[in-house]
Amino acid sequence: MPIIVNKNTKAIVQGITGKQGSFHTKLMLEYGTKIVAGVTPGKGRTRIHNVPVYDTVEEALEKHEANASIIFVPAPFAADAILEALENGIKTIVTITEHIPIKDAISVMSYAKQQGATIIGPNTPGIISPEECKLGIMPAHIFRKGNVGIISRSGTLTYEIAASLTRNGLGQSTCLGLGGDPITGLNFVDVLKMFREDPQTEAVVLIGEIGGNLEELAAEYITKENYPKPVAAFIAGRTAPPGKRMGHAGAIIMGKAGTAESKIEALKNAGVDVAEKPSDIAGLLLRKLS
Amino acid sequence: MKLFEYEAKSILARYGVPTPKGGLATNSKEAWEIASKLKPPFAVKAQVLVAGRGKAGGILFAESLSEVERAAEKLLSMRVKDIPVRKVWIEEKIRIKRELYFGITTDRFNRSYVAIASSVGGMEIEEIAEKTPEKLIKFLINPQHGFRSFHARQIARKMGYSGSQLLELEKIFLGLYRAGVDYDAELIEMNPLTETIDGRFVAADARIIMDDNALFRHQEFRKRLLEGESELAPQELEAIKNGLAYVKLNGNIGVIGNGAGLVMATLDTIKYYGGEPANFLDVGGGASSEKIAAALKIVLSDPNVKALFINILGGITRCDEVARGILEAREKMRVTKPTVIRLVGTNEEEGKKILKEAGIHVLESMETAAQKVVEITRQG
Repeated sequence: MPIIVNKNTKAIVQGITGKQGSFHTKLMLEYGTKIVAGVTPGKGRTRIHNVPVYDTVEEALEKHEANASIIFVPAPFAADAILEALENGIKTIVTITEHIPIKDAISVMSYAKQQGATIIGPNTPGIISPEECKLGIMPAHIFRKGNVGIISRSGTLTYEIAASLTRNGLGQSTCLGLGGDPITGLNFVDVLKMFREDPQTEAVVLIGEIGGNLEELAAEYITKENYPKPVAAFIAGRTAPPGKRMGHAGAIIMGKAGTAESKIEALKNAGVDVAEKPSDIAGLLLRKLS
Repeated sequence: MKLFEYEAKSILARYGVPTPKGGLATNSKEAWEIASKLKPPFAVKAQVLVAGRGKAGGILFAESLSEVERAAEKLLSMRVKDIPVRKVWIEEKIRIKRELYFGITTDRFNRSYVAIASSVGGMEIEEIAEKTPEKLIKFLINPQHGFRSFHARQIARKMGYSGSQLLELEKIFLGLYRAGVDYDAELIEMNPLTETIDGRFVAADARIIMDDNALFRHQEFRKRLLEGESELAPQELEAIKNGLAYVKLNGNIGVIGNGAGLVMATLDTIKYYGGEPANFLDVGGGASSEKIAAALKIVLSDPNVKALFINILGGITRCDEVARGILEAREKMRVTKPTVIRLVGTNEEEGKKILKEAGIHVLESMETAAQKVVEITRQG
């Protein structure tokens, strides 16, 4: 059984009629994800890819049973969209939207915690449990069902590493993008805990980058709990200069904090295999799993 | 987006935080006029958006008006850490008894704002944390209730204050918190917050970094940023206008890719094979021909660039479209620099064929492509 999403996940799409929302709804449906309804204010009573569209989440949930939402709503309105899903009782929310202000993110994350809901993102490619459910924008063909869990702060780097694992015969249980923003619903430790309890997952890959200290805290957790499954990691940004934001809002070295060196050292000290290059991950895992 | 000291101080002053009396000048005559309305001695401070300004000679002190004039002239003709000084801030010098620190920033792990205080200030907060960790006070702000006056009093007491001084600090901490919330600050700090010899408190220096993603709520600052008055290099500004993310580095290999993590990993891989990247450039999702063209223009405006490495992991994007976009852009831009491209994704074969026919090196893995481009720059 994969984590968070599986073949029983029934989702709505908020912002389904936008360019991104509509395009990816089609791809998710093709993958077999159960998209039961869409929401776009003002576009109620229409259909897109044969999915019924409603003006509000409330109405969508009156007419359909759903336990997850994926959000493509533009940044200035995204925090409201998350709150709308939360207030209507949805417990799994994938927020694809990029550029949500920190202040908005902090406020909705706090409410989500109170509601016992899980928010993936913002600024995430989403989550995929291969052959069961894809709630996200990742290219599905590079993933295979298997036993490796991936937790990542980067979209394309996840694709790079997942494709290389697949080529090397290492399928994945669930691949989850934490998101590239400083404030995200989940962090490495949260997801490490989930993979620990998941019998399908036999090894975990962490894909980190500069900024913040979530990788260091993951290393601390792995050491303290004597984490029972092998973990391999790649950290991007060894060559990043301090004080510069490297594409992601969260990828910035502040003074001496958040460097790749600090993360790599912490992970190595926790017994994690840290790859020099993304393509080395598969080899490190094969050695551990054999 | 970083705010200048004078902007941060004017904001704090509006929220009831005491700041030294002062004014902004762009030439020595203005500096003299401002100082003539203040009480000596004076501090003359270069308004530049770099840390460590004091150590780099960007702050001068003056006893008289003529000294202010000379100090302003000197600062306005100098560069602080390679940034030209366009404005100086002249203020009354504070008679310091003690330097403190108070700031609010984000705590990623706890998904909240955090107030940080110390009864030792005046150096970078990391240095404070390293040298006197026992004096560091960290207080997580509950997102539901925000930072309240009793929180401010608790912190002031831990810093060793009581009575009217405690109440004064309460007012200052709350003012700073409210300014931070209203201005979407990801960092707002007074460093140092000084206790003067007569027992009052004054924010001697202030720093605000606004959340770039919230600039749509603060159009006046967004305008200033786009008009070029910022810490950004010209290429970085051009990138923002085109919806790209660019960071200038010091090497000679121009890099373009899609996805922040992938581009960072590309830089790391170039370095791993002994090369030096000239920049970070993330074109984001889609990688349309217009975006590639804008990206090429920005990367090639750096005269150090000897070769290009384009790393596109197509995913859902069609590689044949990306390939045509790259060719179109190269033609439009008349690019003659050697180019190595790594292109994978949907319709990969067709994309590669299009590029190979145009004489471009197309490689499958990031590693071999990085090795190739490093080799090319070594030959040149």
